This record gives sequence, structure tokens and C-alpha cells, in this order.
Amino acid sequence: MKLTLKIWRQKNAQDKGGIVDYPIDGIEPDMSFLEMLDVLNEKLINKGEEPVAFDHDCREGICGMCSLFINGEAHGPDRGVTTCQLHMRMFKDGDTIFIEPFRAKAFPVIKDLVVDRSSFDRIQHAGGFISVNTSGNTIDANTIPINKADADKSFDAAACIGCGACVATCKNSSAMLFVGAKVSQYALLPQGKVEATERVLNMVHQMDLEGFGNCTNTGACEVECPKGISLENIARMNREYLAASLKG
Amino acid sequence: MAQSALLNASILKKVAMALSGIFLITFLALHVTLNFISIISEDVFNTASHFMGYNPLIQFVMQPILAFGVIFHFIMGFILTAQNRAARPIAYANYNGAANASWSSRNMIISGLVILAFLGLHFYDFWFPEVAYKYIAGTEPDATRYYGELVHKFHDPIRTGLYCISFILLGFHLWHGFASSLQSVGMHNKYSRFLAKVGYWFAVVVPAAFVIIALFHHFNQ
Amino acid sequence: MALDSKIPNGPIADKWTNYKDHINLVNPANKRNLDIIIVGTGLAGGSAAATLAELGYNVKAFCFQDSPRRAHSIAAQGGINAAKNYKGDGDSVYRLFYDTVKGGDYRAREANVHRLAEVSANIIDQCVAQGVPLAREYGGLLDNRSFGGTLVSRTFYAQGQTGQQLLLGAYSAMNRQIGRGKVKMYNRHEMLDLVIVDGKARGIIARNLITGEIERHSAHAVVIGSGGYGNVFFLSTNAMGSNATAAWKIHKKGAFFANPCYTQIHPTCIPVSGDHQSKLTLMSESLRNDGRIWVPAKLEDAQAIREGKKKATDLSEEERDYFLERRYPAFGNLVPRDVASRAAKERCDAGFGVNKTGEAVYLDFAAAIKRYGTEAAYVKGLDANDAALVTKLGTEIVKSKYGNLFQMYLKIVDEDPYVTPMMIYPAVHYTMGGTWVDYNLMTTIPGCFSIGESNFSDHGANRLGASALMQGLADGYFVLPYTIGDYLAPDIKMGPISTDLPEFVEAEKNVKELIDKFINNKGTHSVDHFHKKLGKIMWDKVGMARNEKGLNEAIEEIAALREEFYKDVKVPGTANEFNQELEKAIRVADFLELGELFAKDALHRNESCGGHFREEYQTEEGEALRDDENFAYVAAWEYKGKPSDAVLHKEPLVYENIKLVQRSYK
Repeated sequence: MKLTLKIWRQKNAQDKGGIVDYPIDGIEPDMSFLEMLDVLNEKLINKGEEPVAFDHDCREGICGMCSLFINGEAHGPDRGVTTCQLHMRMFKDGDTIFIEPFRAKAFPVIKDLVVDRSSFDRIQHAGGFISVNTSGNTIDANTIPINKADADKSFDAAACIGCGACVATCKNSSAMLFVGAKVSQYALLPQGKVEATERVLNMVHQMDLEGFGNCTNTGACEVECPKGISLENIARMNREYLAASLKG
Repeated sequence: MAQSALLNASILKKVAMALSGIFLITFLALHVTLNFISIISEDVFNTASHFMGYNPLIQFVMQPILAFGVIFHFIMGFILTAQNRAARPIAYANYNGAANASWSSRNMIISGLVILAFLGLHFYDFWFPEVAYKYIAGTEPDATRYYGELVHKFHDPIRTGLYCISFILLGFHLWHGFASSLQSVGMHNKYSRFLAKVGYWFAVVVPAAFVIIALFHHFNQ
Repeated sequence: MALDSKIPNGPIADKWTNYKDHINLVNPANKRNLDIIIVGTGLAGGSAAATLAELGYNVKAFCFQDSPRRAHSIAAQGGINAAKNYKGDGDSVYRLFYDTVKGGDYRAREANVHRLAEVSANIIDQCVAQGVPLAREYGGLLDNRSFGGTLVSRTFYAQGQTGQQLLLGAYSAMNRQIGRGKVKMYNRHEMLDLVIVDGKARGIIARNLITGEIERHSAHAVVIGSGGYGNVFFLSTNAMGSNATAAWKIHKKGAFFANPCYTQIHPTCIPVSGDHQSKLTLMSESLRNDGRIWVPAKLEDAQAIREGKKKATDLSEEERDYFLERRYPAFGNLVPRDVASRAAKERCDAGFGVNKTGEAVYLDFAAAIKRYGTEAAYVKGLDANDAALVTKLGTEIVKSKYGNLFQMYLKIVDEDPYVTPMMIYPAVHYTMGGTWVDYNLMTTIPGCFSIGESNFSDHGANRLGASALMQGLADGYFVLPYTIGDYLAPDIKMGPISTDLPEFVEAEKNVKELIDKFINNKGTHSVDHFHKKLGKIMWDKVGMARNEKGLNEAIEEIAALREEFYKDVKVPGTANEFNQELEKAIRVADFLELGELFAKDALHRNESCGGHFREEYQTEEGEALRDDENFAYVAAWEYKGKPSDAVLHKEPLVYENIKLVQRSYK
């Protein structure tokens, strides 16, 4: 396959940056998208140019490190996958592919396609946990039976990999799907209910401080989410938040 | 967490937006019902309009609440849109919004602005003359004038056209707005899914009814 | 120097309790005056950071990823073992202990393994309390599945994402401490050297990967939880960034490196598709609960399949060779990983491989789909003889169990595994070897600890499935918090350690020199070029089957490659910026040393055990042949300038509770 890549290059956070064109040849449909970028980088290095910086780690769709906004969509045109699981068979010979970083005020660019998503971490520091000591002196795991449906829903919410595709996709750069998933995971479990009020207030407050936009329920995040996190989690967070604010 | 932070919280703004929207939807339902009567019976329409125009509860309690709801919904809409724009200072070179969200959900500000412009026209057409008639000129009440005024306004094809376009945009606004407001107040279950379906019907039927009324009077001169 | 494993006296079941009862404790007020550095934030590092901070120590945690949540523990799929015996199927602490020692081919330290089995049950309690959504049955109680090498069902799981959920649990516990200011997190930082002051580990040199700045960090103890070194093979199921640098730097500073040749080759991975391949993807061992592994029974069928003239589904039952079920009737498809991997390789080497390269076997779910479908039809009162209906119902059930794995396979291979059998082949997955530690998890450098996959301790020569998560969390939550206190007790009056000490200055200077050397090298080949070459040598000669000749060649070739690397590597960019090529260069430099020691260790171990298979030492049936008389010891290597000069120290393995026998899964 022969392709034209239009890649965002930016030397560092201060640099203005811009799109640079890279023609590339010899791409096989069985390659993953990131392997295609590996090929490009190998060529750039051999030519004495700087390779394109991009985040990636596990390359099997679970660590959430890879990002990339490909042809106008977070993680590219395929559904239910991260960029590292996207394969070149999704593209045609001769295609032009735009590759941009995830963009949001709360995700500043570090270099080229690498962005800083520590805002997600800070939201979790604010309340993404159950305050239980890790000393091991807890009750037996089977002491509290948990309704399977709730446990499964909690798991579905917990499957979030924190990649930021929801923010990148959302026209408002809203982080509600991410935060909603975390709030829901705990809100659905009896262990998490104890401090549910504090948790949702604190996490949403931190989310607002980070400069994410507001959710306008377009549903784009749910479509682009590689783990299929449901919008239901946002509704649940809204509910939890309302109840928490009424409690004061 | 401080109370002031709570007032600024994104979710509460969204809830306020949703609640004002739901309120305006109920008003629309009333408005379309009244107007539809004009197709069926001139007399009933006149009676109903006169009641709305001179009942003190409606004039001095409901109308200000409605006005507040409208203004609140618009101002909040502008504030949220401005915040949302600021959340992405550098735009994408290539953004395929159509791949994952409907046009109506992505363009609430456009459909909203069209509705705002329409409201300006609508006030110019009906509300200002009404206020001038009743409170400035102090003219005596006339319970039979409403039908004639309505029919007269739809004489102009351009105005009728503008009304129809606005109604279509209103349809888009409602298409997303109704279901969205349910999600914003935290409803996401089989009831909300049913209500959302009702909302889609509403978003089609109500603007269509307004369009039919406008066209009916335009061609029925 | 004689190795002292510091195993407590007394009966094995009492050792840990007695130990805890008699160690030195640090009072809460004094813990505030003690700093601990933790490198790596996976299950081991993350859980240790959370627990130590909660106890009151000041923790500084480092990870090279952009968030601790991304550590590669997250990729563990199948589950975590715990001797809960919720199923009432005869499980117990002793059985988990026994299975682990036997699974490790009798090359693990008894006392450590017993402790692991003892604390395993508590891990599940802990995780559930933290809100980890482990799988449940309809009654609301926790569910279990079976894993390889055991005859009980003791594996807890969260669909195919158990590692993710457990890591997020540890991460949430860390978040709580970060929010309280007790853990200071250094994301996108890489440890590049250990600082030793007066014979004790007192700090590290780290590079800020965003700015390139070299930073000095001091502490009263340093904990390494940086994972394994599987990426020495270039292609492995490890993450691209997984590296041995932290572990290797402490080795160069005096920590012995134990059993580097014990590497686990996981039998069920997606086969290599071409030269562009950057990593390999694991298909969870849990699939072997329901999948049957086979190759064609006749060579001509295998040939026809490779050429695309026949499909797997064309072959009748008689034309298939379910080789694991044939060779190991008792354990069948659930034999331990090393056994399954070697059996697959044996069939492929004999010409029965089923993909283009001839390096793949089938993992078939047709029987499971039929079995589940028939059952479901029966339960629902439908016609169990309707084949289409049975397939539909069975597919739904298989989907609910392994949906995400099947989806992953479909995306990578572009074939639907519900319809045609999966193709799988073994790949490097986990390293049992690692830094040598005593019972306290302390390396041979006082004050420097090693936990999780980065140490060598609990899995012997082969790790059983679902035991890595168990070990990582056991070390971090329940073991290290005790042992490190015992070590730190004398340091309570010490006060903060200055980073201006000459030892810090010296270490920083060395790191900067190394970086400058790479940046100014201006060679002709990229880092990956060398890494791929190293990987090929390792896979061909130090891989699933090893022999003396190949190992000798590998040692020479790796040494030569290392020399070429330093002469000819090209690292673009500068030192003071975000520079991914520089990061890789530093890691590959260490792999190039580790790889040689790895081969040297494999060469010296004249026996086959677990993941280490020497062709010269096998039974007539091709099973691994241990030599307990001469090799029942831990090989701990001391660094002496270069890998070829490394000095061997032996820690004899004494088995007081388990009788050494030849491992049999027949």
C-alpha cells in the first residue's frame, strides 16, 4: 500500500507546530497502525530526520497509552479498538491519512502526537477510590453477596482504560464518560456506596477545575470508546451528583 | 467543597439547561394546541386567545416565568457553548463529527440561534403589537380580533417561509434536546428510553403542526 | 560472599507468623521520617506504594508511563489464584503451595512459596473491599475458573481483564495516598542508576522523560518493582516499554541476578504475521478451559492447509491429533505452560504446523460451543438436536466468557474464531528469573528490595497461570510492608539524606556521560535494528529449546552485537528533550548485557527444568529431565564488569516438605 500521511509535528509544548506531509510506501494490510508508524520512523531515522513521537505501550488495547486522532476520529475509523489494535486493512491503497494528537485544553501537547493526560490522574486522586486500608484486615470477600447484574455493570464501567478518546472525540472536550465510568463503578457496589456523596462531588469538582468542557449528550464518546463504556454511566453520575448536591 | 463551587458545577448547569428546556417544551405543547385550534374553529381560537391575553395569572405570573425560562435557556446556552469552545483551544485539522454523532446533537447552538432570531421576528409580529395594544395604547379589550391578526400575518410568503424554516430547525433542536434533557437529569432506563421515543415523535409532530398551521393560513387567505 | 536467604526457622506453616511476631517495628511517628523510593507502579510497585504510604512512610513512586495505571500488569488476562476453597473442591494453602512448587519444576524456595500461598486468600478480600469487580455467580458470590497445572478451581477473574481490574484497584489505593500527599508520583520518569552510600541503597538517579532533566532522589530504602525482562527477545507479549534497566542497574551496583535463563514461553499467543511485527499478543490461558489444541494427524493434510488447499474445518475428528490430550490424558489441554509450549513446538518442528510459516497450531472451540449449546437448549426446553440452534446458543455462551479475547483475535488476524479455530503459537511471556532476594525480598545490596516479576523468588523454573498477579500483590500488600520495616527500624534517627553527597554526584555524572555518548554517536542504524537482531539470536538459540553449541554461539554473537551497537547506533535528537529513541537506546544497551548473561546461565545449567529446556537433557518421551543432584540450587550471578566475567553463587534449594519427583501431568 502507498499512503500519504499528514502528521502533526510539534517540537515541544511551546512550539506552534503544524501538519507535515509524509508519503509512505510498502505498507502491508496486516500491519497495525502503529507498526506503520514504526516503519515511517525507521525511514526518518535512516534519513537523518527526527522520528515522530507518539505514545504507545502494551499494543494490545488495554494499557490506554496510545492515542491519536486519525482521519477525524479518536483511534481511527474502526470501532471498539484502540489505535494499537487498528490495522491497515481498514485503509485503501492511495489514501491520505490525517494523524493528529488528542486535542483538549486539559490535554496539552508534549511533543508531536504525545499529550499530557495527567488531568485524568488528578480527577482520580480527588476521589477515585474506596477508602479502605490495604493492610489485609478486611472481611471475607464472600461476606457481602453482590447482585450479578450490578457486579457486571460495575465491571463494564471499570473496563475504562483511561485513554482519553472520549475527551478527544467530544466536540466539547468533555470528560464526563471517563468520570462517569469511575463514579459508576463504585456507586454500583455496596463497598462504594459509603462515601459515594463525597466521591462524586470531589471528582466532578476536579474535572471542572481541569478545564474540560460540558457534556451535551451527543453520544460521540460512547461510539468512539474502545471499551464501549455506556452513556448510562454519565446519567448515573448526573443522578449521583444531583442527589449529593441536595444532601449538601 | 464550597457552596460557590457547587453553583459553578458543570453538571448543575447542565441540569438547569435541561429543566429550562423541559419547561419550554411544555409551553410549546400548549402553544401548538392553541394555534391548531385556529385551523378548526375561529371562535374557539378567539376565545382561547382572549383568555390567555387577559387572565391575570397567565399575564403576570406565567408570562414572566416563561420569559425568564427563555432568557435563561439562551444565556446558559451561550455560556456553556463558550466554555465548551474554550475547552479545545486548537481545533483539529480534520474532524469527522458525523462519524459518531447526529447533526442535531452537534449543532444545538445553530438551531438555537435560528430559534432566537425567529423569536425576535415573532415578538415583532405578535408580542410587541399586543403589548402596545393593551398596555401602551390602553385599547379596550376586543375578544374577536385574534384570528384576523393571525391570518393577516401569514399573508406574506417570505414571513411564512421564515416561520417554516424556523420550525424545521426547532424540530432538530427538539430531536436532540428532549432525549438529552432526560440524560442530563440522570434518567437512563426503560422509562427514559420510552420517553425519548415520545420526544422524537414530539420533535416531528409539533414543528410539523406549526408548519401546517402557517401554510394553512397562507394558502387559505 | 555467601548467600544468606534468611529463611526463618520452624515448621513451614509457622515461619511467616513467627517471623512477623519477632521483627523490629517502626513506630508511626518515626515512619514519617523515613523515605522510600519505589520504581515501577504495577501490581507489586503500586500495591507497595499504597500500603507503605498508608503505614506512614513518605513514598516517592516512579514510572516511565504517563500514569501508574498503565503498567503492564494491566495486560494480564485470565485471573488470580487464591487458596479460598470456595468451591469446596479440596483446595488448601498446602495444595496451592504444592502446586506452585511442582509447577515451578522444584526450583523455587519452599518458604517463600508457602508464604505466598498463605497470604493469597487475603488478596481477594482486599481487592473486593477496594471495589474490584471480580466475576460473580447469580447467587452474588465470587466465581472461579480453572487454570493450567492444577486440579482445583481456584482462579478468580474479571472477564479477560483481571490484571487491569487488580491494577486499577492498586492504583486507586495509590490515588488515595497521592491525594493525601503521602505518595509523590513521578510519571514519565525512568530510573537510570542506583546510588549507594556507605554500602546501603540511598537513592536513585532518574531522567525526566519530558524535559530530559537528570534528577537525584534520595531515600532510606529503594524498592524495585519494574517487572521482567521478556523484551530481551524483542518480540514478546510484554509492552513495548517493558524493560530491565532498573533491575540491571542494581545488578551492576551489586545485586545478584538469579536464574536469568528461566523464561516462560506462553503456549497461546497469536502467531507472528511478518517482519514488521512489533509485539505479540497473548490469548489467555483461560481459553484452554474450553479450547482444544490440535494439528492435523497426517503430514499431507498439514501441507494442504499451509498451502490454503484445505481448511481446518474440512478435517474429520479422526484426521486430527489432539496432541495434548493424547500425551497428557490426566491434565489434557490444561498442562502447565512450559509443557504445552514444547508440545506445540515439537509438532510444528515435525512438520504439522498450520499457518504459512508452519509455526502455529489450532485452538478449537467447536466442541465447547456444541457442549454449551446443547446444555443451554436443554435448560431452555428447546430442541437439542437442532445443530444450528445449538451452535447459536453455544456461541453466545462462549462469547460471554471470552468475548473480548475473540474480538481481539478477529481484529488482529481477520478471521472469526467462532467459525474457524484460532491459530496459536508459543511466545515469550514472563521471566521467572530476576534479581536475587532473600526471604525479606531484599537484594544483596542492603536497603535495595526487589518485588513482583523483577525478583526471582516464587515461581522456580516455570510459573503457573494466574500466579503472577498473586505474587505481585502479595509482595506489595502483605510481605514488603513487614520486611522493609524490619530493615528500616535502625534508621529512624537518620533524618533526610542529602542528594549533594559525592555518591549522587558521581552517579549522575555517569548517567550523563552514557546519554551524551549515545547522542553524539552518530552511527548508521536505529536502536530497533539492534534490538531485533538481539531478539533473533535469543529466540533462535536461547529460546524454547537450547543446546550447548547454540548457547556458545549466542554468547559470542551477543557480545559482538553489543560492541557493534555502541559503535554504530544512531540516536537522533538531543538529551534535553522528549526523546523516545534515547529511551530505547538506554534500555537496549542493558538488554544486550542481560541477554549474554541469560545465555551463560542457560549454558551452565546442564539439565532441563520448567521453562529451561536443554535438548541434551530430556527423557525418551521428550520430557524435561532434571538433575536434582547437581542443579537443585538458585544460580545467582554477581556482576564483574561484563557478563562473561560474571561470578556464579549458589543458593542450595532444600526441600523439607515436598518430595522431589519427576513432574508428571500424564
